[in-house]
Amino acid sequence: MAALTIAERILSRRCGREAHAGEFVVAEVDVMMAHDGNRPLVIDTLRELGFAKPRRPAQLFLVLDHAVPPPTAVVANIHDRMRAFAEEHGSNLLEEGEGVCHIALPELGHVRPGDLVVGSDSHTTTLGAVNCLATGMGSSDMALAAAKGEVWFRVPETLRIVLGGAPGPGVDAKDVAQYLIRRLGLHRSNYRSLEFQGPAVAQMSMDGRFTLANAAVELGAKCGIFPGDAVLRSWLEGRIEGRFEFVAPDPGAVYEESFEFDLGGLAPQVARPHSPGDVVDVGEVEGTPVQMVFIGTCSAGRLDDLRAAARVLEGRSLSPGVRMVVAPGSAEVYHSALREGVIETLVTAGACIVPPGCGPCAGIAQGIPADGENVVSSGPRNFRGRMGNPEANIFLASAATAAASAYVGAITDPRRLL
Amino acid sequence: MIIEGRAHRVGDDVNTDYIIPARHKSRTEDIASLVPVLFEDLDPTLASRIRPGDLVAAGHNFGMGSSRETAPRLLRAAGISAVLAASFARIFFRNAVNVGLPVVECDTSQIADGDVVLVDLEAGSARIPARGVEIKAHPLPPLMLEILRSGGIKGYLEAQGRSVRRPRKGEDRV
Repeated sequence: MAALTIAERILSRRCGREAHAGEFVVAEVDVMMAHDGNRPLVIDTLRELGFAKPRRPAQLFLVLDHAVPPPTAVVANIHDRMRAFAEEHGSNLLEEGEGVCHIALPELGHVRPGDLVVGSDSHTTTLGAVNCLATGMGSSDMALAAAKGEVWFRVPETLRIVLGGAPGPGVDAKDVAQYLIRRLGLHRSNYRSLEFQGPAVAQMSMDGRFTLANAAVELGAKCGIFPGDAVLRSWLEGRIEGRFEFVAPDPGAVYEESFEFDLGGLAPQVARPHSPGDVVDVGEVEGTPVQMVFIGTCSAGRLDDLRAAARVLEGRSLSPGVRMVVAPGSAEVYHSALREGVIETLVTAGACIVPPGCGPCAGIAQGIPADGENVVSSGPRNFRGRMGNPEANIFLASAATAAASAYVGAITDPRRLL
Repeated sequence: MIIEGRAHRVGDDVNTDYIIPARHKSRTEDIASLVPVLFEDLDPTLASRIRPGDLVAAGHNFGMGSSRETAPRLLRAAGISAVLAASFARIFFRNAVNVGLPVVECDTSQIADGDVVLVDLEAGSARIPARGVEIKAHPLPPLMLEILRSGGIKGYLEAQGRSVRRPRKGEDRV
């Protein structure tokens, strides 16, 4: 028995033999997710490939989150087909309003430590915060996985990301995520699994871990996996039933490389247009005029993020000429934010709340910027045209930085307002 | 598989949003109708210069970003015969093979816009005959090559009786 990384252990267990980095295996999957944003739809590709139905329908989750409520008849009909498929085959459907797939799925207890998860979305890596191997695939691979209950994988090499030190107030997991992209680049981690470790990880909330695992794909990685510990155990309480086992790397597991980062003294990080890889300290772009702010998404649309925005905007109003769109990441996030008065604070400040979903981030609906406008978004990507208008400029930042920028009317270090 | 085509040169980190923006992708299910907006946010004139049989020569990390299979399907619909890149983002790499779009990982630094490039997928090589340039390519793993030879995962499954062959231990260590 060789010493295995977490990714090697999970894939070995699912393919029935010991599997090492570099090998190809066919492995059984535990959870499959497909959303309404794919063209072709996974359920259509299933039929296109000649399969009549999913093999394990109860493990397939169809999620309506990319365009909700439907902005066009094309999308409304797609939603209808997905509902009918779930009904016919006994698969699970997450309705419009239940939330962004990567936020709602673990909240509802559908993802367990040790699981092998595949989703028709690149940000499926987000679920690695639950100590599982979660990765994105296209419609054909997803359809094959749904039809057979298994799919082929190349067992990834693993990079160890060790985080130490504590960022100060006003600096959060989104800043850490962007800092990692700044340091490691957009493709050093291609095909790799990332294992997050270290004292700063032990201190990090689950919301923060999801934000970091989400960024694994921006780093090029196949997956980003967090350890099983007391923070995860307490988060899972009341969400999943039955016994579960955390997966840890074997002592002596072979890592391709280890990277250590000290987060002490980290400044808020901002990605400039038009690349998530063009990251600088907030000071370098402070004062840039802003017309629109968007807080939400699978990257930073959780309760921690909404709270951070509310903390900045408590008793304050948006600067004249600035619009702010907020999409709570899920129904649970929305409920909690309502109960805590977070939504009230944001609405009082002048924010426009839109339903849980992906809309504004992918330029599909509910918040498309005008020509020449500068946007500060807590989303994961700022490619030209990403939010629906190639003439707009998107800066990526934490919810706190986004809120501070909305208050001032220009990109602002949130630490000035705390 | 031998492929010959005229190259369109693009840079590093060309993401799937640049191949097909979500604002266009979401409005239709007819992927072929999107050919005129291929690469729109990268270079709005590029789609009009692409002729069937042409290929794309890219830098690092081609196809980064979203998992949208629309991206390789649209490249195929536009008649692109292969994508050569210094490296690929992994989801795009899988998606391309699944839809029958040949992908070749090789040093593309010597390929210029307009070069006619000859690719041998099995041998793992690319050539620019007019300038006598020989490029060694990273060979595809056997399973991916088999899928490509079948024209994509659909043809592969038809030939294999609706299942994916289990890779032999160690066969991929090329």
